[in-house]
Amino acid sequence: MQQLSRNGILVDDTFAEAFGMRATAIIITAPTLRWARQAAITMTGYATSVIGCGCEAAIDVDLPASKTPDGRPGCRVMIFAMGTDELQKQLKSRLGQCVLTSPGSACFAGLDGTASLDLGNSLRYFGDGWQISKKFGGKHYWRVPVMDGEFLCEATTGLTKLAVGGGNLLFLAADNTKALNAAERAVTAIEKVPGAIMPFPGGIVRSGSKVGGKYKGMMASTNDAFAPTLRGVVDTSLTPDINAVLEIVIDGETSDAVAAAMRAGLKAVIDFGPKKGALRISAGNYGGKLGKFHYHLKDLLS
Amino acid sequence: MKALTFTLISQPKERLDLSGLTPAALAGLSDIQVARLRIGTRRSPVAVGDVFKITGKDVSNIVFEGGSARFDKIGAGLSAGSMRVTGDVGCQAGRRMSGGSLCIEGSAGDHAGSCIINGRMEIKGNAGDYLGGPLAGEQIGTEGGILIVRGKAGDYAGDRLRRGTIAILKGCGDYAGYRMIAGTIVVCGRTGAIPGYLMKRGSLLFDRRPENLSPTFLPCGEPEIAFSTLFDRFLIDEKIMDRALLGSKPGKYGGDNAVSGKGEILFRKRDR
Repeated sequence: MQQLSRNGILVDDTFAEAFGMRATAIIITAPTLRWARQAAITMTGYATSVIGCGCEAAIDVDLPASKTPDGRPGCRVMIFAMGTDELQKQLKSRLGQCVLTSPGSACFAGLDGTASLDLGNSLRYFGDGWQISKKFGGKHYWRVPVMDGEFLCEATTGLTKLAVGGGNLLFLAADNTKALNAAERAVTAIEKVPGAIMPFPGGIVRSGSKVGGKYKGMMASTNDAFAPTLRGVVDTSLTPDINAVLEIVIDGETSDAVAAAMRAGLKAVIDFGPKKGALRISAGNYGGKLGKFHYHLKDLLS
Repeated sequence: MKALTFTLISQPKERLDLSGLTPAALAGLSDIQVARLRIGTRRSPVAVGDVFKITGKDVSNIVFEGGSARFDKIGAGLSAGSMRVTGDVGCQAGRRMSGGSLCIEGSAGDHAGSCIINGRMEIKGNAGDYLGGPLAGEQIGTEGGILIVRGKAGDYAGDRLRRGTIAILKGCGDYAGYRMIAGTIVVCGRTGAIPGYLMKRGSLLFDRRPENLSPTFLPCGEPEIAFSTLFDRFLIDEKIMDRALLGSKPGKYGGDNAVSGKGEILFRKRDR
């Protein structure tokens, strides 16, 4: 494989392969940012990959009180799934179990989409007849009485069919600490990109996968070509100086958001340099046949 | 293009039915045709040209220069465009309007904004009784939109309100929110006797603790709710108010328990 070099770091001439997805976004507010984030983190727990969790979700950005509908601090959460029905199902159950239950929370639409998904429309029945419908300013809200006051929730949110899931970057380093250093730098940079989330723990995944496996029924199994402990015994992608690889997976509201996020991550890791960070940067793909969206690393080097 | 302007020549000698002078009704008519439209309500056929001087061509923007308490049903059925009256109007202004904007710079009579479906109506002076309410025999009052009274409103404001927002900024008479079905009524200033009398659902939002409340309204504490700050913002964004009405911790009464009791009176706590 041809390689480019930037700031002493090798960049593979390869591409990340990503897929079209359905996505929605909501804004969660609370009396403090801490509790808005708590509701959002709880809601986006166990939402790392559609393979096992039904959806991929994370906080997009924190919002100051001046940018939220009710003037309290909040955050925007994005949720991605492969189909509209699954997205609605995940949204409803996560909202009901994790946001409705969180102290002082309120929930608003975070996306103007072509179609809509139910938010408060599906949770209002918790009010047992005491729920209050309010329509003003062109929006519809539900107020559900709860033990600390009211859960205020917009009736619906938007859905986009232009979302892209599976943008990724692989950071190859001499040891685990350096790989983590590089990945953390990338996460910090990508967090600032609007409309893009990293659904894995802290934004980082250590168990990158390949499609299928030797065992029946396995949809995905370990990416042995990038596993350093198998370097000698499989057809490896690793050179002898690499002992740890970490991946960042990116889902975006649009293809542009994914590209912007990958560009930001690449820049952060390249600027950080190879001494304490990554020696090489690569990306994961399936030969280009499965995913509609291809992000070539060489195009994203600014 | 200049707004289509009806300038009052002299005070009318009879009540006028101006419901036919809306953008939709006047579209495609020549000045002469407009001048011949009958607006009188007595047997003598008083026409537009007898009462008004007509200037301007833009039918989507209609202005009445001068007003009279005999201007009835002005803006009735308005569905799009804007209408403005520089003086007072009579009864049923804006009745059943479904879109556009209607601004009355003077005061309005009874049944102003009766049964509005959508759109924005603003009265800069005072309004009479039954603001937004239905006529006799009708089951439902205002069903949507925004109705603003910058001055005072009379009795029975928001009678049978179903949806939408009514804002009264200098107080109102007795029985505000009478038989309300749902929707929101904002009142700044004093309210008369028994606000929310027989309201089923909906919200009465006051800038002070209500006096003369029915015993069928019961105190529901002072919960911290996100709705009040959200609605405060809406009022400011819509330029209905220039300051927060309720704050984040309004007081609440629930009622009217003489009926289903699912309505509420939220009010700003002043003793904080």
